[in-house]
Order: sequence, then C-alpha cells, then structure tokens
Amino acid sequence: MMRYLIPLFAFMILAAFLLVGLSLNPRQVPSPLIDKPAPKFQLNQLHEPDKIMSSDENLGKVWMLNVWASWCVACRDEHPLLVQLAKSGIVPIYGLNYKDERNTALQWLKRFGDPYAISIIDSDGKVGIDYGVYGVPETYVIDKKGIIRHKQIGPVTVDSLEKTIIPLIKELQQQV
Amino acid sequence: MARQLNRVVSITGFVLLLLLLIPLTGWSKEAIPVAEDPEIEKRMLALTMDLRCLVCQNEPISDSRAEFSNDIRREIREQIKANKTDEEIIQFLVDRYGDFILYNPPVKSTTVMLWFGPAILFVIALGALIVHLKRRRVQIEDISLSQEQLEAAEALLDEEKKGKNV
Repeated sequence: MMRYLIPLFAFMILAAFLLVGLSLNPRQVPSPLIDKPAPKFQLNQLHEPDKIMSSDENLGKVWMLNVWASWCVACRDEHPLLVQLAKSGIVPIYGLNYKDERNTALQWLKRFGDPYAISIIDSDGKVGIDYGVYGVPETYVIDKKGIIRHKQIGPVTVDSLEKTIIPLIKELQQQV
Repeated sequence: MARQLNRVVSITGFVLLLLLLIPLTGWSKEAIPVAEDPEIEKRMLALTMDLRCLVCQNEPISDSRAEFSNDIRREIREQIKANKTDEEIIQFLVDRYGDFILYNPPVKSTTVMLWFGPAILFVIALGALIVHLKRRRVQIEDISLSQEQLEAAEALLDEEKKGKNV
C-alpha cells in the first residue's frame, strides 16, 4: 500500500508548489523602499508649471502617490477608481506624471477626470528611478512621517483598495 | 512619330539605368558613436551585463532596448561621469529596485533558498536513491526458491532447449 502512496504524496507536494507558483506574479517585485523614507522631490506642477511642489509639503498627512502617464494603457483601467477615491475624500492623491508630454497629459486628465490634488511632472523619469518605478501605474501609500508604507505595482483594483489600501490608510491616519 | 517615341523610350530607359548606379556611390556617413566617451560606455556595459531588466526579466539591462533599461543606462552614465564607483552605483540601484535587479544576488536570509535550495534538493534526492538501492539489494537477496519452484524452472528451461534443438 505504502508503495503506491509515496509517489502520490510526492506528486501532491509537487502539484501544491506548482499551484502556488501559478498564482504568483513574477512582475511584482517586492520593493526595498517599504518602511523607508519616501525619496524627496521638488518638481514642477503639471497645471501650473511655474509652481514647484516639494514632497516635504506633505509631511504630517497620509497621502498617496500615483505614478501615471497618458501613454500608459493600464492607467486608464484604474483611473475611474482613483477618481472615485478622490471624491470620497479619504486620502489626497498626488499624481506623478511620468515621462509624459504636458499637453497630452492635460488632455488626458480633461477626458478621464482629474483625481489628483496636485500633479507633478517627472519628464525624464529621474524621480521615477528614485521611487523604483519600472512599470506604470504604480501607487505608493506614504504616512505622516513621510515613510512609504505600501506599494501597489500595476493598476489599483477594487479588491486591493478595499482589502489593503483603504484599511491601511485609515490605520495610518490614526497614528500621531 | 513612332521613331521619335522609340527614341524617347530608349533615352528614358538609359536615364533610369544611370539612376540605378547612384546608390552605389552611397550617402554613407561615419557611424555615430554610441556615447561621447568610450571609457564610460565600457564601464556602463560591464555593469549592466549583471543587472536584470525589470520589465523584460530574463534579459540583462545591457541587451535590453526597453525604456526602463534606457533610463538605467543613462542614469549609470551620469553617475560614472559624476565619479561614482561601481559599488556605489550598484548600491544606488539595489536601494531602489532591490536584490532582484542583480543576477548575482548576495547571500542573505532571503536568498538562502535561492543559493542552496538546489544543493539541498540534490542531497535529499541522492539520499533517497541510496536508501532505495540498498533496500532493493536486500529484496533481491531475500528471494529464495523452494525445491519445487527450482524443478519447475529447470523443466521449463529443458523444454526450451529441446524445442530449439529440434
């Protein structure tokens, strides 16, 4: 009896590993920036290019940084959710307009809605490198002390918002 | 009239033939250098050969034409110009993208399985094989035939011999 059971068990273990492997996403590389201070930036604003926004302005509040571009197709998928989240007033969203052209970016926001408290321009992707961006869209949750608490690689989904991001934001807002 | 037309056609043909010769002289220019400084380019290439492109994950940054790789190459060139050492540049990238960007990740608690997993699996498999072979040898030795079985076997062999002889 054991003779037949051992291969069966071996197969089941192998199958379990393969099954877990299938559900993993190799594109989601864990970021080393989690629980580290968010890289500082000083960038021109998209709507008013003469104005500069500094990341230090957001110290003391929980905020989201959403990396987006008008050329990014997946950004369109998550965009309605961001607009909805912005309307709810739970958390201010800042947009990092990544390697984009100003005019097309502005048109894009006009067409799909503008959920961003402020959009800033990262035309050469330098700040993107600082934040370890490699696949747009990416979204960061940054706490009151300016520490990155969460990074979402790829589009935000209803599931990720309800299960992870919003509970985390509410928890972070409680902290002093 | 026909003659004139004929002439026009042949002249046009001749001109077209001549036109065919033009590309032979070519408008070749000297190749545009990849970067202003070949030294920087050499160092950048050596560095990026061991770095993973995070977009096309099985390709080193040196070979990849992805936008991500272009950016990283540009960043590395700039840092080399700013007199950063290779170690500093690698650390800069690891701080932002994690060990995953290295094709040769350091041995750490998170990478132990990556480095030694295959060796551990090999040792386990080898052990299992040795145990299995030892058991099989015992099993083979254990089989002993009774007198009756031996006689039956002999009879069968004899029959075969006879059959072949005939």
